[in-house]
Amino acid sequence: MRARIESIVLPLLVGVLVVALWSASVRWTGTKVFPSPLQVVRGLGELWRRGLLLPYLGDSLVRVAVGYGAAVALGVPLGLWLGWSRNLATAVNPVIQLLRPISPIAWIPVAIVLFGIGNLAPIFLVFLGALFPIVVTTQNGVGAVPPMYLRAARNFGLSSGQMVRRVLLPAALPQILSGLRIALGIAWLVVVAAEMIAVDSGLGYLIIDARNAGKRYDLVVAGMLLIGATGLVLDFAARRCERLRALRWGFRAD
Amino acid sequence: MVAAAAPTAAPVKIGLRGVQMRYGAVEVLRDVSLDVREGELVCLLGPSGCGKSTLLNIVGGFLEPSGGEVRIDGEPVRGPDPRRIFVFQERGVFPWLTVEGNIAFGLSKLAAAERAQIVAHYVELVGLEGFERAFPDELSGGMKQRVEVARALAVKPDVLYLDEPFGALDSITRLQMRSELLRILQAEKKTILFVTHDIDESVQLADRVVVMSTRPATVRRIVEIDLAHPRDLSSRRYLELRDSILEEIGLAHKI
Repeated sequence: MRARIESIVLPLLVGVLVVALWSASVRWTGTKVFPSPLQVVRGLGELWRRGLLLPYLGDSLVRVAVGYGAAVALGVPLGLWLGWSRNLATAVNPVIQLLRPISPIAWIPVAIVLFGIGNLAPIFLVFLGALFPIVVTTQNGVGAVPPMYLRAARNFGLSSGQMVRRVLLPAALPQILSGLRIALGIAWLVVVAAEMIAVDSGLGYLIIDARNAGKRYDLVVAGMLLIGATGLVLDFAARRCERLRALRWGFRAD
Repeated sequence: MVAAAAPTAAPVKIGLRGVQMRYGAVEVLRDVSLDVREGELVCLLGPSGCGKSTLLNIVGGFLEPSGGEVRIDGEPVRGPDPRRIFVFQERGVFPWLTVEGNIAFGLSKLAAAERAQIVAHYVELVGLEGFERAFPDELSGGMKQRVEVARALAVKPDVLYLDEPFGALDSITRLQMRSELLRILQAEKKTILFVTHDIDESVQLADRVVVMSTRPATVRRIVEIDLAHPRDLSSRRYLELRDSILEEIGLAHKI
C-alpha cells in the first residue's frame, strides 16, 4: 500500500515542481514569447473551441495507423523470411543496413516528390521509419529461436508454412513485440516532423502553423504537450499488449 | 556375461550397418552396427562426448552419416518422421503453448473432439491432471519432461528416441521419472533407443545395453539385462550386471 501511494505521490510532486519552475521562469525572465502554463491551458481550450484539437489529433493518429499498419504488414513477414532464409539475408542485409541509419526526415524531399503535398507523404515517412526496426527485430528474433524447437517441429512433420506459423512466429513473438513497440514510438516521432512540412493538418502542422501565423507559442507548447501525452498513451497500450498471457512467456526477465 | 541368444524372435525394427561419421579430420563414429528388435528398449551407454548423441541423431534422420546406413522396417532413413519421435531434455517443450497445446502439437490434422480425447488420455497417462492449462514456465523440470513424453506418445509413434531425457533433472526426480517411463511403456509398447551416460540408468531401464567406446565411438559390447521388471536395485544379478559394465568401461568399483 505504501509503495502504491508513493508511486502516485512522488511523480505528482515532481510534476507540480516542473510546472512551478516553468511558471516562475516565465515570470522572472519577463518573456513575452514563451507562454506560462496557464496560457498553455487556455491555448488548449481555444483549440478545443475552434474545433481543431480532435480533428488534428485524429489526422495524426490516422497517418500513424496507416503507415505503421503497412510497416507491420510488410515488415513482420519480411523479417520472418529474412530470418528463415540465410541466402536471402546475405543478399538483402547490406541494403537494409545502408538504408536503416537514414533518418526518415531525410526522406521528406523524396516523399514530396513521390506523393506531393497530402496525406500520402507523411504516411510514407511513418511507414519508412517503422519498417526498419520491425524488420530487423523480427529477423533477429527468428535467428534467436532455439534450433531445438525447429527440430521438434520437423519431427512432427510440419510443412515450411506451418513451421513459420506454428513455431517461428510464436517463438520469436516476444522480440517481435518489442520491435513493434519501438517502431510505434518512432512512427509517432516521424509523423509530427512530416506534418510540419508535407501537409496542412495534424499536430505537427498545428505547431508549425501556430508559430508561422502569429508566433502563438501558447499553441506551440499546447501542441507539444498533446504529442507527449498521445505518445505516452500509445506506449502504454503497446506495453499492455506485451503483457497478454499467451505472449508473456518471453518477458520473464522483468 | 553376455546372454547368448537374442531376446525374442521379434522382427528387427532398426538396423544399423557400418554407420560412420566424420567431421573433417575428426572421426566421431566408426563402423557401428546394431539391430534393435521391435518392442525392445536399448540403451546406448557411453561417456559424454563419445558420439552416442550423434548416432541417435543419425538414426533419427536429423544427420546424414558419412558412411553406412540405417534402415527402419527395412526402409532406409531419409529424414525425421512423425512415426519416430525424438525426445529431448525438457527444453524442447514449446513455452508459448499450454500443457494441452504442447501435447496436441502433432495432432493438428485430427478433428477437435478426437484431439481433445487423445490429449486428455495422455495428460492422465503422464500424471499431469490439473495442469492442462498451465504454461511450461509454471512447471517443474520433471513435469516438463512428462509433457515432452506425452507430446511424443500422442502421435502414436512406433519408435521413441530419448537423448539423455532425464539428464537435467535432480537425482530424486530422475529416479521417479525412470519408473514412470517404465510404467508408461507398459501401457504403450514402443521400440526405444535411449542414450545415457548413466550406468545405473541403463541397467535399470534397458533390455540390452550397448556399451560404446570413447571417440571414435564403436560398439564395445552389448550386455543383455536379463532381469524382469520391476528390478530390484540391490539384487545380486543387478549389481553383477552393473559391475560388469563398469569394468568394461574401465572404472573402479570404489571411490
